[in-house]
Amino acid sequence: MASDTGASYGSTLRYKSVERIKAVGKHSLIGASGEFSDFQEILRYLDELTLSDHMWDDGNSLGPKEIHSYLTRVMYNRRNKFDPLWNSLVLGGVKKGPKGEEKYLGMVNMIGTHFEENHIATGFGNHLAIPILRAEWHEDMTFEEAVKLVEKCLLVLLYRDRSSINKFQIAKITTEGATIYPPYSLKTYWGFAHFENPAQGAVGSW
Amino acid sequence: MFRNQYDTDVTTWSPQGRLFQVEYAMEAVKQGSACVGLRSRTHAVLAAANKAASELSSHQRKVFRVAEHAGVALAGLTADGRVLSRFLRSECINHSFVYESPLPVSRLALRLADKAQVCTQRSWKRPYGVGLLVAGLDETGAHLYYNCPSGNYFEYQAFAIGSRSQAAKTFLERRFEKYNDYTPEQLVKDALSAIKETLQGEKLTSSNCTVAIVGRKDDGTMEPFETIDAKRIQEIIDSMEAAEEAPAEPSAMQQEEEGTDAAAPMDI
Repeated sequence: MASDTGASYGSTLRYKSVERIKAVGKHSLIGASGEFSDFQEILRYLDELTLSDHMWDDGNSLGPKEIHSYLTRVMYNRRNKFDPLWNSLVLGGVKKGPKGEEKYLGMVNMIGTHFEENHIATGFGNHLAIPILRAEWHEDMTFEEAVKLVEKCLLVLLYRDRSSINKFQIAKITTEGATIYPPYSLKTYWGFAHFENPAQGAVGSW
Repeated sequence: MFRNQYDTDVTTWSPQGRLFQVEYAMEAVKQGSACVGLRSRTHAVLAAANKAASELSSHQRKVFRVAEHAGVALAGLTADGRVLSRFLRSECINHSFVYESPLPVSRLALRLADKAQVCTQRSWKRPYGVGLLVAGLDETGAHLYYNCPSGNYFEYQAFAIGSRSQAAKTFLERRFEKYNDYTPEQLVKDALSAIKETLQGEKLTSSNCTVAIVGRKDDGTMEPFETIDAKRIQEIIDSMEAAEEAPAEPSAMQQEEEGTDAAAPMDI
């Protein structure tokens, strides 16, 4: 899972070091777009959930499917009260099941729409990243291949989404656990001919 | 137990620190007809001896499916048991609705126990007069719990409740150590044998017992909680009797116990 680390306040890019992907329990990652304070609230709900699950100490643990289902209920119920949590959430995880390792990736948004898919994106990612993922994703990618593919999408979003910033975080979840890598930047290229002397030939009023 | 001045209210302690009403409720469990439960690592089996009020009536239903992955067998006031089964079903459904996954059996047993405990601490209530054997499957394997009217619950490898259950318990005590590796068929046979012990001479047939099983096959697919149909039960009973009546050849039961040091052939 990958995201940039920016959070805007209207059209102001107010916070530039925000971690938008977090680990949940032992088996899942959650990433969010939208209202950051609502994401913080959701993290509190998940904290309570995972804590009470942990206190049982009975060998059972919440997997990504259960957390996704729980969040769907929360989001849908809030929407029905006309008081939504203004987020698009991405839920990913891996859990050992009776039929072996079960990987899971899904999303739920502020109106309670939820589904599972091999590639998920939020916001502008739906328009810019999903076409790339559909073309180039395949089963059995290595971690390195996946990072390259995701970086390709992030670069497009960086160029074209004006609220994005050049500071990204990648997160990985396996049966061993969750890893959220430190932020880094992508190389961008602005040396296009048309960017030099952009006002040349422009019509002026004085 | 004799009547005494501390047994009128469930909320009255005796000087020895006993709640007599709760103990009387546990007596009600002992009056019900027998139930037996046993489990391996992957399967759990419940069996009950059917008792009919009269020859004209149908027998009392004692084994209830609570969810796809769990069920109960009860002994005692079956009306109380029916209400508790409905509660358990509701708990399982509610959990499935929110989490889209089965309620772990230990948590199910705990909710039932907490519900029973409430009735031991309210002066306007009475304890539930039914003991439940809760059998189920979750991600940590197969489980068997016994919930009693006092609000206590324990996990068991094998257990028996109800009238003449001591005979069944004695039978199970001799054999339970091997149950973790038993196949489902072996578990069913032992459950039937344990019920047979409680019938005290009466012939075991598919019409006077009910057997249910839940578990996970080796390939990972689940076998949902289901009562085994009467015809199949009769076949199993017949094969057990055939094995008994042929002591000269190694008993069929020993052949099916995959090479484990065989338990003594049934010598009833």
